[in-house]
Amino acid sequence: MRTLYTQQIEQAAYQLYRHASVHLGQDVLDALACARASECMPAAQGALDTALENARIAGQTGLPLCQDTGLAVVFVDLGQGVHIEGGLMTNAIQSGIARATREGCLRASVRDPITGQNTRTNTPVPIHIRLVEGESLRMVVAPKGAGSENKGRLAMLEPAAGLAGVRKFAVETVRLAGGSPCPPIVVGLGIGGNMETCALLAKRALLRTLGTPNPDGALDELEKAVLKEINALGIGAQGLGGMTTALAVHALSAPTHIACLPVAVAIQCHVSRHAEVTL
Amino acid sequence: MTSPLPLSLPATQEQLACLRAGQSLLLSGTVYTARDAAHLHLRAMHRAGVHPCVDLHGAALYYCGPCPAPEGRPIGSCGPTTAGRMDETTPDILKMGVRVLIGKGPRAPYVAQALRSFGAVYLAAPGGAGALLASCVVSSRLAAFDPLGTEALWQLELKDFPAIVAIDTAGGDIYTAGPQQARRMMEEASPCNLTK
Repeated sequence: MRTLYTQQIEQAAYQLYRHASVHLGQDVLDALACARASECMPAAQGALDTALENARIAGQTGLPLCQDTGLAVVFVDLGQGVHIEGGLMTNAIQSGIARATREGCLRASVRDPITGQNTRTNTPVPIHIRLVEGESLRMVVAPKGAGSENKGRLAMLEPAAGLAGVRKFAVETVRLAGGSPCPPIVVGLGIGGNMETCALLAKRALLRTLGTPNPDGALDELEKAVLKEINALGIGAQGLGGMTTALAVHALSAPTHIACLPVAVAIQCHVSRHAEVTL
Repeated sequence: MTSPLPLSLPATQEQLACLRAGQSLLLSGTVYTARDAAHLHLRAMHRAGVHPCVDLHGAALYYCGPCPAPEGRPIGSCGPTTAGRMDETTPDILKMGVRVLIGKGPRAPYVAQALRSFGAVYLAAPGGAGALLASCVVSSRLAAFDPLGTEALWQLELKDFPAIVAIDTAGGDIYTAGPQQARRMMEEASPCNLTK
């Protein structure tokens, strides 16, 4: 048994949210540079140059990469051998997110859907907790802007639709989104589970490092096929027309009911932000 | 790509009529930020016959909810938000005198029609580039709807702010033409495409 204090957890959420709002991962920078190198449409070339230049300016000035500093989605893998002292872990996370918003000049974008009242703190944020073996706590903070979030879709397909149905739904989702979600996008594909776990699979899939293959051979093949179809749409960077509409498709699957084939498509803009720490 | 054309805002109807979809611009001058909530407020004022507290005649609206300004800076990160959410209120906004809309992403066909009939244009600013765009804003001032916070109407003074003409006064639309051209290039398997 190992003891972690809520102050450490609050500090982790604070630092991760601030860091992710300003800095892109090297994998994303590499993927954008690669898309730029193979682009032949001038407007899309310009849009990709701007995205890379923006990342450089954000790093230099400390300004957030995007004014939509998102709804910060928090993923926690909590070792069963961890004992937490000092209050509720989830309160500590919410408190770290609120402090990062205040001190990091992040935009307050969270509102009550009924009253319209802005909470002014960017909280509450969704926290997805998974119990795992061990005595450590892994936390990922993934701020997600609404421009891309709004374009995600979920369908409860029938099993007869098969993988062809999954592919069709994924490509159609990207086609409908067009230039709105700030392409080039990353597509998270959740297949199976049930209605709520399928959506979570799609979100978790977005966290995989770009450029790494899916360890599941069948999913890897599916990812490549869907990516090819998506890029044939020609939407391109910022929707101005181009060769790269999506940087990658990442899929995760889970067993489902014999009468179901849930599929969820999460769309992530080119500012694909997430940061993680293990305590 | 041809070098960007400087455009001062507010612009004249004649200047706007010369713009063509796909043209790169560098914007300078005054814009007002307005996104979802401000649009609903403006529309309600228009329908009630109340004059807004800012002069929208010929004005440019920028779909943007900026981050708070860090100390010593005129503004925080300030890129465009998705324009499609403002489609429904746009015909009323144009009736109020606005002639330049700045955002990102495609618009509904009825918006393109409304732009045409008012001689107005829609410009696309680069999405997800809020830090870069903040360096093209010289000053910001709260102009109206204070309680809305980031969704309030902010008056910004721009200097060489990059944008592309997305929908022009003749109905040209880069979000339709651009992807069409890209698909044609892919189908023709241009040399550049063979490497993909």
